[in-house]
Amino acid sequence: MGVSKMATMTEESKTKERVEMREQPPLVRARNFREVPYGYSPEEAFEEAGRCLSCKNGPCREGCPVGVDIPGFIGLIKERRYLDACYKVKERNALPAVCGRVCPQELQCESRCLMGKKGKPVAIGNLERFVADYEAANGDMKIPERPRSTGRKVAVIGSGPGGLTCAVDLAKSGHHVTLFEALHKPGGVLIYGIPEFRLPKAIVEREVEYITKLGVEFVPNAVIGKLYTIDELMNGRGYDSCFICIGAGLPMFLGIPGENLNGVCSANEYLTRANLMKAYLFPEYDTPIKVGKRVAVLGGGNVAMDSARVALRLGAEKVYLIYRRSEAEMPARKAEVHHAHEEGIEFVLLTNPAGFVDDGKGNVCAVECIKMELGEPDETGRRRPVPVKGSEFQIEIDVAIPALGTRANPILTKTVPDLMINRKGYIVAEEGSGMTSKPGVFAGGDIVTGSATVILAMGAGRRAANAVNEYLKWKYWEFK
Amino acid sequence: MYKILKKEDLSEQITLFDIEAGDIAQKARAGNFFILRTHEQGERIPLTIADFDRGRGTITTVFQKVGKTTHHLGTFNEGDYITDVIGPLGNHSHIDNFGRVVCVGGGVGIAPVYPIARALKEAGNKVTSIIGARSKSILFWEEKMRRVSDDLIITTDDGSCGTKAVVTVPLEDILSSEKVDLVVAIGPAVMMKFVCRTTATYNVKTIVSLNSIMIDATGMCGGCRVEIGGETKYTCVDGPEFDGHLVDFDLLMKRLQAYIPEEHTAMCGGKMNGGK
Ligand SMILES: Cc1cc2nc3c(=O)[nH]c(=O)nc-3n(C[C@H](O)[C@H](O)[C@H](O)COP(=O)(O)OP(=O)(O)OC[C@H]3O[C@@H](n4cnc5c(N)ncnc54)[C@H](O)[C@@H]3O)c2cc1C
Ligand SMILES: Cc1cc2nc3c(=O)[nH]c(=O)nc-3n(C[C@H](O)[C@H](O)[C@H](O)COP(=O)(O)OP(=O)(O)OC[C@H]3O[C@@H](n4cnc5c(N)ncnc54)[C@H](O)[C@@H]3O)c2cc1C
Ligand code: FES
Repeated sequence: MGVSKMATMTEESKTKERVEMREQPPLVRARNFREVPYGYSPEEAFEEAGRCLSCKNGPCREGCPVGVDIPGFIGLIKERRYLDACYKVKERNALPAVCGRVCPQELQCESRCLMGKKGKPVAIGNLERFVADYEAANGDMKIPERPRSTGRKVAVIGSGPGGLTCAVDLAKSGHHVTLFEALHKPGGVLIYGIPEFRLPKAIVEREVEYITKLGVEFVPNAVIGKLYTIDELMNGRGYDSCFICIGAGLPMFLGIPGENLNGVCSANEYLTRANLMKAYLFPEYDTPIKVGKRVAVLGGGNVAMDSARVALRLGAEKVYLIYRRSEAEMPARKAEVHHAHEEGIEFVLLTNPAGFVDDGKGNVCAVECIKMELGEPDETGRRRPVPVKGSEFQIEIDVAIPALGTRANPILTKTVPDLMINRKGYIVAEEGSGMTSKPGVFAGGDIVTGSATVILAMGAGRRAANAVNEYLKWKYWEFK
Repeated sequence: MYKILKKEDLSEQITLFDIEAGDIAQKARAGNFFILRTHEQGERIPLTIADFDRGRGTITTVFQKVGKTTHHLGTFNEGDYITDVIGPLGNHSHIDNFGRVVCVGGGVGIAPVYPIARALKEAGNKVTSIIGARSKSILFWEEKMRRVSDDLIITTDDGSCGTKAVVTVPLEDILSSEKVDLVVAIGPAVMMKFVCRTTATYNVKTIVSLNSIMIDATGMCGGCRVEIGGETKYTCVDGPEFDGHLVDFDLLMKRLQAYIPEEHTAMCGGKMNGGK
C-alpha cells in the first residue's frame, strides 16, 4: 500500500524541502518573552501545503487524537482558501491556534505522514497554526447561531483545554453552561503554565472570548470544594450535570534534603509567578520572582523545558537542566528540546539531584548531584537510571526548580464522598464518556489520566459533552 | 469585582474592610482565610476572614499596611471594588468544648483570633484572651475581644495600654497558676514561636495559624511549604492552623524573607509611579 501511495507522489512534491518557520535568532529570543517562531506567511503556507500528497485514507488523520480532517484542510490551503481551511480544522478542534503551537505533532499526525518516510513530514502543526492565526487576523470571529435553549444547566469545573472544549460543545447544544474556575483567569495550564514565548496569552484570551460569545457564563475565583461542593451545585443550584476537568495541579518534590530552602521552588510556582502573575514584568506587575544568576531545573519534560527557558529570559547567566536519563528519553516536545539547546541551556544528563546546600542563611547555594547510568527497561519501557557509586559532585546555583511532574489535587474530590477515585487520587471515569461513579457527574483530562497533553484533554472534553447530551436526554446512569 | 461596603481605620497602620462577597460569607467559618488581588497588575495576597455576616453577605478583614499590596489596599475607600476575592480557603478551626482556653493575639493577629475566641466561647469554653501590640496606638478591638472572653488581658511593649510586657508574660502567669487545656496563638511568627516555647514547658496543646507567602492557595504551587514535625506541609491546604509545638518557626521566618529585595523594589517602584 505504501508503494502505491508513493507512486502517486508528484515529482514536484517529492523534491520540495519542508518550509521551516522563521524564528527569532536564539540569542536574541533568549532574552525576551516574545513568541519564538514568527509563523508562516500565506506564501510559505501555500508552498508547504504543496508538499502534501493528499493521501486518500489520510494516515495523518489517524494520528490525530481528535480526528481533524488534515488532508481536507491542507487541500483548502492549496486552493488559498485559508479561512475555509480554518473552519475545516475547527469542525473537530476548537483550539487550533493553541494546538498548532503545543501539540507533540512529531508523535501524532506528523509521525504518520508518508512524506516523513523519505524526508521530513509535512509541517501539519505549522499549517494548523497558520490557518488559525490567519483567521484571527483576517476573519470575523464566526459565532454560530445560538440554538434554542434546552433549559438545562450544566456546570463545567476547570477552564483548561478540556473544560473549554466541553463548555463550547455544550453551549452549542443549547444548554446553559457555567464554567467555574479556581483562579482569577481562565485557561488552565494554557494561562498559568505554558509561557508567553511558546503560547501568547492573547491567543488563549481570544478563545475565551469566543466561548463567552457563545453564551457560556464564566465564574472565576470559584474553588469548587471550598466555595461550593458538587452536591450543592447539583441540588441547591440546579445544575443537571457536571463535568469535572480540574487538571493534575499538585507539584511533586523529590523529598531530598534542603528542598525547603529559599530559592528552591516548584516549576508550578515558578511558572505561575511568571505567566499567570506576569512576574517577568515586575515591578510593573506586583508579583516578584527569583531571577537567579545560576539556575538548575530538575526534570526533562515540557514543564522543565519551559522553566529553564523562562529562567534564561528573566536574565539568568547560566541555566542547567538536570535530567536523570539521557536526552532520547526526555518526554518534552522535540521542538522545545531543540529550542532549549539553541538558546544555550546546558543539559546535565544522566544525573540525579541528591540534595540542596544551605548558604548558612537559609538560601540554596548548590545542588548535590550523582551520576547515573541506564540499566534495565522499567515498566514504561524506558531504561531505568541507576546511580554510579562515588560519582557525587556539586553545581553552584542560587535558584533550583524541581519540575518533576504533578499529582491529583484532592481539594475538590475529598468533598465528594460518592465520587470514586483511584489509589493516586485520580477520578475513575469511563474512557469513552467520562462517566463517573456519581450519577450526573462526568470527568476528564489530567484529573482522570494523570498529566497528559492539551489535545487529549480536549478530546476528553468533547466526548464528555456528547455523553452529557445523552444523559440529559435519557437521564440514564450505569457506571461500569 | 467585590465592593467595599465599609472602611474603618483601626490605627495608623491597621484598616478594616467589610467586603461584599455573599457566597463566601455563607461558607466562611472561624479560621478560614481568603485571597485577594487589588487590580489587574496586583499580586494575590492571603488575609484572614476576621468576621462574616451571612445576612448581609459580607466578610470582614483587618489588615496591616506592611508592603506594596497592603499599602495600596489601604488607599481603597467605601464603594471601591477589589478585582478578585477568593475563598473561603484553608481549614476552619477545630471548635469544641476543651474546657479552659487562652487565646493570644499579637498585633494584627488580634483580628484572626477574634472569631476563634468567639466560637470557643460559644462552645462553652472558659476563655481568657491576651492581646498585645507595640503600643496603644496600634491596638484595636479591645471591646470586641472583651465581649467574647471571660477575661481580657492587654499588653503593650511600651506600657501605653495595659501591662508593659510581651504576651508571654501574662500567659506564663496563667499557665503556672492553673490548668489550661488549649492555647490558640496568632500573630507575628516570632510571637508564636515564643508562645509555643512557653506552653511547651507546661505541656499545653497550642494551635497557631501560619502566615506563609502564598500564590494560588489551593495546593498548586507549593510556595507556602512549612515543616511540621519534620514533614513538609502546605499552609494553604493543610493549615493554616497547626500544632505549634511541631512547627519549625525558624524555617517559616526565613521563608517569609525570601522576597525582601524584590519587596523593596516594589515599594520604591510604586512610590516613583505615584504610589499605585
Ligand atoms: C508547563 C507545562 C507545559 C506543558 N506543555 C505542553 C505542551 O507543549 N503540549 C501539550 O500537549 N501539553 C503540554 N502540557 C500538558 C497540558 O497542558 C495538560 O495536559 C492540559 O492542560 C490538561 O488539561 P485539563 O483541561 O485537564 O487541565 P488544566 O489545563 O490543568 O486545567 C485545569 C483547570 O482547573 C482549575 N481547577 C483546579 N481545581 C479546581 C477547583 N477545585 N475548582 C475550580 N477549578 C479548579 C485549575 O485552576 C485549572 O485552570 C504542559 C503542562 C505544563 C504544566
Ligand atoms: C493564611 C494567612 C492569613 C493572613 N491574614 C492576615 C490578616 O488577617 N491581616 C494581615 O494584615 N495580614 C495577614 N496575612 C499576611 C499578609 O498576607 C501579608 O502581610 C501580605 O501579603 C503582605 O503583602 P504586601 O505586598 O503588603 O507586603 P510585602 O512587601 O509583599 O511583604 C511584607 C512582608 O509580608 C510577608 N508576605 C509577603 N507576601 C506575602 C504573601 N503572599 N502571603 C503571606 N505573607 C506575605 C512577608 O513576610 C514580607 O516580608 C496573612 C497571611 C496568611 C498566609
Ligand atoms: S499557596 Fe500555592 S500551594 Fe499553598
